Amino acid sequence: MSRYSIFSLARNAFAQHRNWQRAWRDPEPKAAYDVVIVGGGGHGLATAYYLAKNHGVSNVAVLEKGWIGGGNTGRNTTIIRSNYLRDESAALYELSRRLFETLSQELNFNIMFSPRGVLMLAQTEHEARGYQRTLHATRLNDAPTSWVDRKRVKELCPIVNDDRNARYPILGGLWQPRGGTARHDAVAWGYARAASELGVDIIQNCPVEGIDIEHGRVVGVRTGKGAIRCKKLGVVVAGHSTRLADMAGFRLPIESVALQAYVSEPIKPVMDIVIMANTVHGYMSQSDKGELVIGGGADSYLNYSQRGSWSAIEETTRALVETFPIISRLKMLRQWGGIVDMTGDRSPIIGKTPVGGVFVNCGWGTGGFKATPGSGHCFAATLSKGEPDDVAAPFSLERFSEGRMIDESAAAAVAH
Amino acid sequence: MLMIQCPCCGATAEEADFHCGGEAHIVRLAGDNDADADLGAYLFERANPKGLCFERWRHQYGCGKWFHLARDSRTMEIFGVYDIKAPAPPAEIVAEARRRIAARGLPEHSNN
Ligand SMILES: Cc1cc2nc3c(=O)[nH]c(=O)nc-3n(C[C@H](O)[C@H](O)[C@H](O)COP(=O)(O)OP(=O)(O)OC[C@H]3O[C@@H](n4cnc5c(N)ncnc54)[C@H](O)[C@@H]3O)c2cc1C
Ligand SMILES: [Zn+2]
Repeated sequence: MSRYSIFSLARNAFAQHRNWQRAWRDPEPKAAYDVVIVGGGGHGLATAYYLAKNHGVSNVAVLEKGWIGGGNTGRNTTIIRSNYLRDESAALYELSRRLFETLSQELNFNIMFSPRGVLMLAQTEHEARGYQRTLHATRLNDAPTSWVDRKRVKELCPIVNDDRNARYPILGGLWQPRGGTARHDAVAWGYARAASELGVDIIQNCPVEGIDIEHGRVVGVRTGKGAIRCKKLGVVVAGHSTRLADMAGFRLPIESVALQAYVSEPIKPVMDIVIMANTVHGYMSQSDKGELVIGGGADSYLNYSQRGSWSAIEETTRALVETFPIISRLKMLRQWGGIVDMTGDRSPIIGKTPVGGVFVNCGWGTGGFKATPGSGHCFAATLSKGEPDDVAAPFSLERFSEGRMIDESAAAAVAH
Repeated sequence: MLMIQCPCCGATAEEADFHCGGEAHIVRLAGDNDADADLGAYLFERANPKGLCFERWRHQYGCGKWFHLARDSRTMEIFGVYDIKAPAPPAEIVAEARRRIAARGLPEHSNN
């Protein structure tokens, strides 16, 4: 496969762009693989890439029922940060954020990582104290973050409403200068292209409909494109995780709900950082095209329809108009939803399951885009060894019966 | 947006007036000497069905009472509401749900 570079761009420009190769192969599935990964979102594709790259396991297929990146990977608001409270989370999310720093070079694909800085506003005394605590935790965990006061918040983002008489006045904020955003589709495509080059088969339009188990061990899957045998199975299907677990005969501590986002009409640059206002449930950044990218809290009940409720949009809009008064007359262009996989402690599940050879990587809920590289990295290690690596180990399924929660739900009400 | 009729006070309102309390008919554990695995399952594991589901809801900004609701998590269609004390979904609500799901050409539950 040819490398992308300034020279290949020039060469192809002279040929009227008629000679670009396809970015990844489009093979028919083989009869058997060493590892089958269900779900061609960012996490599944990253897992396949690191399996081939770091562990020499390239007899791998990624089976995606629709098109790659068409799930939550292509629907999220792309916030990347690592200032989580718990040590286990900080290790995982900071590993991921660091991988993002050089991911474009690593994959030879511009994933447009933009470390523009993420600011989490503190709008109640309680929240300010909570963030101070997180700040100290991030210092110990080497995920550089600082506390900024109200004046600095206004400097960083002049469009915020700093009125002291606001219902929720701005008291300061938690600032991670190397947090930011990346192009979500490019993350999926970049991993797909690099994995395909290393021998991984990426098979789209291939829903997994059943899982074959013999003597307590997985032996294969039944799909829309026929039966495929495998030695190990990695299930990376976000909102559909309990559906796949059902096929394999076990249960997961996961509930699937809708999370929505929307974008405004494009306007001139008004903000060059990401702002999250978690007390009032809204966050916003501006895309390169000039659209304001807006999201908020998840809908509150079971939903597989990829459409959310109007009331959730109203709540988010109310919060953001209060925080950024200049957006009050903007028109919104598009709105969409994704089905997110929520766990009780708002932390993911990475590791073994009750069925031999079946591993899960799920429960990322509303905040897993930022974890894509780190999740793939540690899940690949887990799949190749058959045992969780150090980063993945705390996120085992057993923690729910051992009472060993990694509680991020109390740490950030909106955990993107 | 769901439109829900509260069986306790009879009012019909948008979902914003209600609060979803999650999966219904989860059987309580005995309470002493429960195995860790049973406790973990009871507290956190959910059926999370794609299709017919039964939930507890509360008329939060109305009469404040709890009730049960039968719904399809694919289409958001509501099939009926019933008493919070019912230990299992009433036969007539299940029958009505099955009839209306079949009329849409859907299976009762799906995985994809
Ligand atoms: C509106 C919204 C905003 C968000 N904002 C942020 C944010 O700002 N920052 C952040 O870090 N995270 C955010 N998230 C969360 C983030 O998008 C997800 O946690 C992450 O993308 C999950 O990636 P994934 O690869 O695990 O899942 P997905 O990308 O959903 O991939 C799972 C794939 O599995 C496939 N699949 C399902 N069932 C089957 C089957 N039976 N057979 C074959 N394939 C199957 C699906 O088609 C899908 O493509 C947001 C999510 C949403 C919905
Ligand atoms: Zn009522």
